[in-house]
Amino acid sequence: MHRYIPNTDADARAMMDVIGIDSMDGLFEDIPDNLILKRPLKLNPGMSELEIERKMKELGAKNQSTDDLVCFLGAGAYDHYIPSIVNHLAKRSEFYTAYTPYQPEISQGTLQVIFEYQTMICGLTGMDVSNASLYDGATACAEAAIMAVDNTRRNTILVSKTVNPETRQVLKSYAHSRDINIVEIPMVDGITDSEMLKTLMDADSAAVIVQSPNFFGIIEDLTEVEKLTHGNRSLLISSVDPISLAILKKPAEYGVDIAVGDAQVLGNNLNYGGPYIGFLATTSKLMRKMPGRIVGQSLDVDGKRAFVLTLQAREQHIRRYKATSNICSNQNLNALIASIYMVTMGKKGLREVALQSTEKAYYAMHKLTAGGKYKLAFDRPFFREFALIGPKDADLLNKELLTNGILGGYNLNKEYGIENGVLLCVTEKRTKQEIDKLAALTEVI
Amino acid sequence: MKSYNKLIFELSKEGRNAIAFPKSDVDRTPLEELIPADLLTKEGVELPEVSEVDVVRHYTLLSKKNYGLDMGFYPLGSCTMKYNPKINEDMSSLGRFANLHPYQSEDTVQGALALMYELDYMLSEISGMSRVSLQPAAGAHGEMTGLMVIKAYHEKRGDNKRTKIIVPDSAHGTNPASAAMVGFDIIEIKSTKNGIIDMEDLKEVLSDEVAGLMLTNPNTLGLFEKDIKEIADLIHEAGGLLYYDGANMNAIMGVSRPGDMGFDVIHYNLHKTFSTPHGGGGPGSGPVGVKEHLVKFLPVPIIEKSGEEYILDYDKPDSIGKIKSFYGHFGVMIRAYTYILAMGAEGLKHASHNAVLNANYMMSRLKKYYKLPIDKICMHEFVLGGIKDEAGEVTTLDIAKRLIDYGYHPPTVYFPLIVREAMMIEPTETESRETLDEFIEAMISIAGEAKENPVLLKEAPHNTPVRRIDEVLAARKPVLKWQKSDS
Repeated sequence: MHRYIPNTDADARAMMDVIGIDSMDGLFEDIPDNLILKRPLKLNPGMSELEIERKMKELGAKNQSTDDLVCFLGAGAYDHYIPSIVNHLAKRSEFYTAYTPYQPEISQGTLQVIFEYQTMICGLTGMDVSNASLYDGATACAEAAIMAVDNTRRNTILVSKTVNPETRQVLKSYAHSRDINIVEIPMVDGITDSEMLKTLMDADSAAVIVQSPNFFGIIEDLTEVEKLTHGNRSLLISSVDPISLAILKKPAEYGVDIAVGDAQVLGNNLNYGGPYIGFLATTSKLMRKMPGRIVGQSLDVDGKRAFVLTLQAREQHIRRYKATSNICSNQNLNALIASIYMVTMGKKGLREVALQSTEKAYYAMHKLTAGGKYKLAFDRPFFREFALIGPKDADLLNKELLTNGILGGYNLNKEYGIENGVLLCVTEKRTKQEIDKLAALTEVI
Repeated sequence: MKSYNKLIFELSKEGRNAIAFPKSDVDRTPLEELIPADLLTKEGVELPEVSEVDVVRHYTLLSKKNYGLDMGFYPLGSCTMKYNPKINEDMSSLGRFANLHPYQSEDTVQGALALMYELDYMLSEISGMSRVSLQPAAGAHGEMTGLMVIKAYHEKRGDNKRTKIIVPDSAHGTNPASAAMVGFDIIEIKSTKNGIIDMEDLKEVLSDEVAGLMLTNPNTLGLFEKDIKEIADLIHEAGGLLYYDGANMNAIMGVSRPGDMGFDVIHYNLHKTFSTPHGGGGPGSGPVGVKEHLVKFLPVPIIEKSGEEYILDYDKPDSIGKIKSFYGHFGVMIRAYTYILAMGAEGLKHASHNAVLNANYMMSRLKKYYKLPIDKICMHEFVLGGIKDEAGEVTTLDIAKRLIDYGYHPPTVYFPLIVREAMMIEPTETESRETLDEFIEAMISIAGEAKENPVLLKEAPHNTPVRRIDEVLAARKPVLKWQKSDS
């Protein structure tokens, strides 16, 4: 007997009698004998909870978390404060042990959550419509690129070099298998080179992808890029950070066609890289080209407001190989978490997170560059993150910081060839004291 | 309890809030002095203003409008709705796992890397594959990744004319959709009347343009493809590769291994077979396993062991690259790892035995009342095709909705597409005989109602927060967000 399997031996025998077989082997008669595994799997014997917990804590002891270290690392995953109620509510098993809401009458909880999530993603981005979520910011960007190719019937995607390198790599893998051309727009002084964009753009350009705040934390002005893009009848895809939108110009204000991004920052744990949540929002015009689940409002037979999965004619279970995407399971629980976070923060709270992250990041930048040993890589307005160039390789710096209980920044040499470059991130969680300590250490390391 | 019908936006009142912040300990500079005004929003964001109690009540009351696995039987075919052990949740919430930044240096995440390395081994051993990439985010994402690997394999050999993927007509919708995502053309082959691959049909479509065949085994009718070895040989002789959709893996753990059947690539659904919760539609996790000759094509990074150290190895020139940020759904991997620890080798086999036993027991009892298109021993699930001797007035949808009145989540309906009025039932091993008996009694009772009082089914469900919903209205006049004027 295993604790997760309730059938007793007596049950099993009685059930076999009903079926008309003598032994369990009778259930597997269709499997040819030479395909039956004749040995036990080479795995551990089953464990009790106590043993499991002991083993997992031993494994955990080999990790150092952001509880143990003071985190100045960002670069696409951020250490923001998560209010207590987020996990209490998201851990309700009515939410997390449910399947995709195929039976709407007994899934109104999940469906309404998604409807509210879609509303709030639109509220942040200013876009007309949002889907129910995608795997992460990188795959959301790749899906947006495919959407643009399908919609424009052109085959080249122009992507700025200031877009997160992970995103560009994922985009490249997705594009390769569909023979979509990816052309990188070079950067100049930490932002997208719009002069180069002019030269690169042609009749095959389906979309231009930019990110703001970009990978260096720099806030890019999309005005010029938007003009060029739409002048060429290409689509503008912008990758954005949801928290920054509490203060920065929204995608809709720039005339963006598809806004994407990662909503990990909205209450999701760092989780060593996942699960996070990608969002995708677009204009009414492109609504039916969107990938993924979408929830709509309708009425039930009694005329009562009700929510239901809708526009399913785009999806794989109906359209099969003609679907807008293959996505099925998405990130519903993470969308729930993001929703609870957004609601808890509200309009003012989200702005406060953005303001504190900004002013603390600026404080840190000034403090770190005051001594002259570190200077800004790019002197431009930024949000939450900034790139510095110092006297030594970031890996060496980080090693020293680690011995002082600090999780240092992202090494910009690897992806951008910025020698001795480091990308530092400061969220609202950091204190003046922690920042001062970091600054003092960088002076002596 | 009173019914609750509010949207969070309808609770909003200017001035309310649900969060307090420590006062910023650095000087507050006016934002415009840091960031030029033309980069700032003029509109602000639209979010509700509510108190903490409002938030807690709202989501608690919404949760009560959901049917979850913890509330009862959930025989959703192909979805393997087995019990989600609570210890899995606790382990994935441990701070030393949940609060790790993906770019921390390897020496600070040795425990996490060890867990992933061991999970790769465990999944490889269960399926008979060489290595597993844990990066894919869900089943469909795993399919896409596996197909990218197949494409890369042919490209590497300079065999560029292999542009087609064979998919049986009984396959999950994601199979052809994933193949299309990867730029393949799809050849659909028919199933025999016994629900398995038609070998003659298969032979006919094989050519040097075929990149591979995607197969679920047991298939979506719950039947094992007996001729799998022969199928594998045919595909391999034609130069193609064989892909295993692991959605139905719960039938065969410790019993038989896809790797031994001749499959080259497999994806697993950790959120099915390995007990991680579905979350109301994700996050899932769809690791991809491959045989030795395909390992070099897996996404980067791969976790390797170098001496006693675990490392993230990006140095794989033939890799398909990255298909997702970072390393996959680590939080989900922890749950699956915990589950395998809890089950052990014997436990997993016991699970598959009982999953198949439960399905056959239900099928044996229900076939007297419901049409059973293929009457033979099934694997972990089976497909019914409507009520026996019923005039045809009642549809599968009606039966499903009536089951809700009896307190159950309905089975998967209208899938697979090759069975009319299909109803696909997968009980899993975590349900007791008593639970199955109660459900069977409900099904028998509904079969009776269908003949005596079909209106009861037509108007079902009766006692849910909302009743049948106008889906046509939702699609024709899409309302996809709340607007102030709506309330």
